Amino acid sequence: MKSAVLVFPGTNRETDIAGAIERSAGIKPHMVWHGDSDLPKVDLIVVAGGFSYGDYLRCGAMAAHSPIMREVKARAEKGVPVLAVCNGFQIAAEIGLVPGVLMRNAHLQFVCSDVNLKVESSQSLFTHRYQAGQVIRVPVAHAEGNYFADDDTLKRLEDRGQVAFRYCDSTGDVTAGNPNGSIRNIAGVFNDTKTVLGMMPHPENATEALFGGTDGKPLFDALAAALV
Amino acid sequence: MKARVHVTLKTGVLDPQGKAIGNALHRLGFPEVGDVRQGKFIELELAETDADRAKSRLDEMCRKLLANTVIENYRIELVS
Repeated sequence: MKSAVLVFPGTNRETDIAGAIERSAGIKPHMVWHGDSDLPKVDLIVVAGGFSYGDYLRCGAMAAHSPIMREVKARAEKGVPVLAVCNGFQIAAEIGLVPGVLMRNAHLQFVCSDVNLKVESSQSLFTHRYQAGQVIRVPVAHAEGNYFADDDTLKRLEDRGQVAFRYCDSTGDVTAGNPNGSIRNIAGVFNDTKTVLGMMPHPENATEALFGGTDGKPLFDALAAALV
Repeated sequence: MKARVHVTLKTGVLDPQGKAIGNALHRLGFPEVGDVRQGKFIELELAETDADRAKSRLDEMCRKLLANTVIENYRIELVS
């Protein structure tokens, strides 16, 4: 699996996610600086977490309109898979790669902790190494992770099975364990072809026992297995 | 030409920052304060003399960057 990890000024999780990819796929990703005009031909594009452009205006707004993101959007529309985590999710939502938007956490505080996630669908490139309904534990670290979409969009997401992950408690109850106020406890969504996944939690930070857990690893294993 | 753009959250979208501002005002002795909604104010200098053209360009700027129309409304005001 050939992959590219985008790096904007202020991105800070690129080496974490590159390490997770390398451990699962056995190949180092290309690190692509936002100012580089050429995005290599790859099987997976990753938009990593951080604080691109200092979160000016709105989180992800500046990065969303950079030339490299136009190229990412064009590739995504041709079906190239995109994994967008945390600030990457905010960027992807801003550019319309995935529906909805990430707002300031309802309690206004930065949240940095491990959370429980319910895997809503195992029918995707990203989640086929999980069981639907499985509860996994991965960290979150954000101030703007409060997912919002209008009623029509939510209905479409639910009807088409585009909700990838929901926050829950350890028993899988998705009316509990919401760390940021996200509507319907949504933690991650797919685009309508399920080739783009945007999620606030950091699976890359749960890929080694030494990190405190390995529940994020199946996501990278799934990509490595699907995109050979 | 100078323009002012006001970006506000749509009605029905929860505004936790506005709520926190309201709570702080209550604590400071302003119990008359009810619902508070906060937003952004952006002032722009434009190299343009035609008001209609300026407005339509500003509208495009708002839709492309200044506002996220999923959750935000915007209002454009031309000054001088």
